[in-house]
Amino acid sequence: MSGTFVGMPAFPKAAHEAVNNQTLRGNLRHATHTIRGKREKAVAELADWAELREAGKRIKDHTLRHLDRYLVQLEESVTAAGGIVHWAADADEANRIVIDLVRMTGESEVVKVKSMATQEIGLNEALEAEGIAAYETDLAELIVQLGKDRPSHILVPAIHRNRGEIRDIFAREMSEWGRPAPEGLTDTPAELAEAARLHLREKFLRAKVGVSGANFMVADTGTLVVVESEGNGRMCLTLPETLISVVGIEKIVPTWRDLEVFLQTLPRSSTAERMNPYTSTWTGTTDGDGPQTFHLVLIDNGRTDTLADEVGRQALRCIRCSACLNVCPVYERAGGHAYGSVYPGPIGAILSPQLRGIASEIDASLPYASSLCGACYEVCPVAIDIPEVLVHLRERVVEGGPVTREGNKVVLKPAKGHAAERAAMRAARWAFSHPGALRTGQRLASRTRRFHPRTLPGPGKAWSATRDLPPVPAEPFRDWWQRTDGGKDTTK
Amino acid sequence: MNSRDLILGRVRRALADVPRDDTPYEQAVDRDYLREHGNRSVEETVELLAENLADYRAIVHRCPADELPALLAGILAARGSASVLVPPGLPPEWLSAADTAQVEDRAVSTVYDLDGVDSVVTACALAVAETGTIVLDGGPDQGRRRITLVPDHHICVVRVPDQVVSSVPQAFERLDPARPLTWISGPSATSDIELDRVEGVHGPRTLEVVLVSAADR
Repeated sequence: MSGTFVGMPAFPKAAHEAVNNQTLRGNLRHATHTIRGKREKAVAELADWAELREAGKRIKDHTLRHLDRYLVQLEESVTAAGGIVHWAADADEANRIVIDLVRMTGESEVVKVKSMATQEIGLNEALEAEGIAAYETDLAELIVQLGKDRPSHILVPAIHRNRGEIRDIFAREMSEWGRPAPEGLTDTPAELAEAARLHLREKFLRAKVGVSGANFMVADTGTLVVVESEGNGRMCLTLPETLISVVGIEKIVPTWRDLEVFLQTLPRSSTAERMNPYTSTWTGTTDGDGPQTFHLVLIDNGRTDTLADEVGRQALRCIRCSACLNVCPVYERAGGHAYGSVYPGPIGAILSPQLRGIASEIDASLPYASSLCGACYEVCPVAIDIPEVLVHLRERVVEGGPVTREGNKVVLKPAKGHAAERAAMRAARWAFSHPGALRTGQRLASRTRRFHPRTLPGPGKAWSATRDLPPVPAEPFRDWWQRTDGGKDTTK
Repeated sequence: MNSRDLILGRVRRALADVPRDDTPYEQAVDRDYLREHGNRSVEETVELLAENLADYRAIVHRCPADELPALLAGILAARGSASVLVPPGLPPEWLSAADTAQVEDRAVSTVYDLDGVDSVVTACALAVAETGTIVLDGGPDQGRRRITLVPDHHICVVRVPDQVVSSVPQAFERLDPARPLTWISGPSATSDIELDRVEGVHGPRTLEVVLVSAADR
């Protein structure tokens, strides 16, 4: 996916380090708890939330089940409205297309609207390698870019930073990229936002090329939609002469009317607002208003492989609201970086291993980055059953089985490192079907309990490294039951 | 094979389990969600719009049509605006009482020219009461998208009750997808720093909405 995350350790190791970072935990706890409470209030304002959620789910499911038809229809309507459609099978091809399009304009810099898709394909790094500067214009993305950091949240990528850290980054780094931070910059959010405004305005006003993603694409009208708060999106979509939008193929809705569902559920689920401050829609180009050249780059990059998985394809319903991150007890403690992907949290734990496959250690560990508490499913505005997909992917990791990679059906081998788990399960199966052996084993365990180590030796070490071993009781339950007649005889 | 055919082929193979006579779109989606939330009179809907606009830090004014020129002149004077951008189709009488220099958005004017203007006055396509949103569709009385973006002060006039709808679904019914639309709910804002909401980042930092009622009502 993105080059940014190559070499990430598996989730348990990364999470272990994050959990010991007190500042990070404090910042995250404050942020996720704040937005959790607000979201509940915003959702409670709509009496028909359950119906909206069901409609959103069905619209997306229907679209995915006929994705070929809607992609062709979208291409026709965007073309008819004056846009140019490109198709990219993977990240490299998408980056190549964008680089060529920027080259054709003769420009060497672009302004960018925050976009998950372009982060996923590592577009900024690819542009930089070709001598094209890409300026992130969302405040949080600016903080991440100036801090030479990685995003840790879908919606508020700099959520792991507090105001003091942001002030230091601005004061230190802004002059490297353009207008320096004002003298004596304090850490009040208003002053920091003002510094970003001044720094970015010079870039907006001179920009000739804008790069965006899109929250939705409407098949029957060819309309693209960007939902945002700051106005940086409007700047990038309005002022440049050329606009290049890079969008995943799953972001389609069939009709204009479908937007009435998502523009109610998305803002309330993400920022917990009735409506986000700005939403822009554009249908091809408009004479004399906004960009006069519009390119749409449709990217696959693992999406069709995800679509091929009958259980896992529901992850493609995701509208990137990030509600699941904010309620997740694992995300709250581990932070976004531990997931090793631009998609952190519960949705990332099912999306990344499907988009990228589970060949790497980090991707094989992600289906385990959950307590399966189900809170993510409860808040999801398109009702993605994240726990169901997590369990399904765990089975794939441990047992192997049929998957689709780059359009080809392959049979996945069981992942390494789970041999002990499989052996333990086989041993348990044998013990439970041999009651005599089980009884003997349990009694032996009880009598020797004072000598048990706190961690498991050998292959069991991996398991006990992240968990406390449960204490062994002084007496097996079955012995206690027999001795006390099921607890009735308390004299014994 | 080109990537278009490659991707479409992958999609079709991925959907091999989906029966081709699957439920058509019209039947696939239940639309038993509400067209609007609550039963409100026209007056109450306008009241809700005013409340929700103010809740998201827009400054709300109300006046009958014949007092609009005086009100707009007053807002511009109070702000100390030396210049105001005017869309080509704005009713001329709206700014007849203002002595602020009026600037047209010309094809040759650069964004730097716009950046030097203090305020902009526009009409709107409609307003959504339940969310406190005004929607611009680039009509002659609203002008190009850029004029409501670059200046720091936007005054938007909403004709009530004609231009007010209750809900998001009612808004989509009335809007034309072929036009470039801008939905605005309060001034520019960010919550990126510790989730504290701060008004004013890149778009106008001050949004004033005038709810103007027809004079004969």
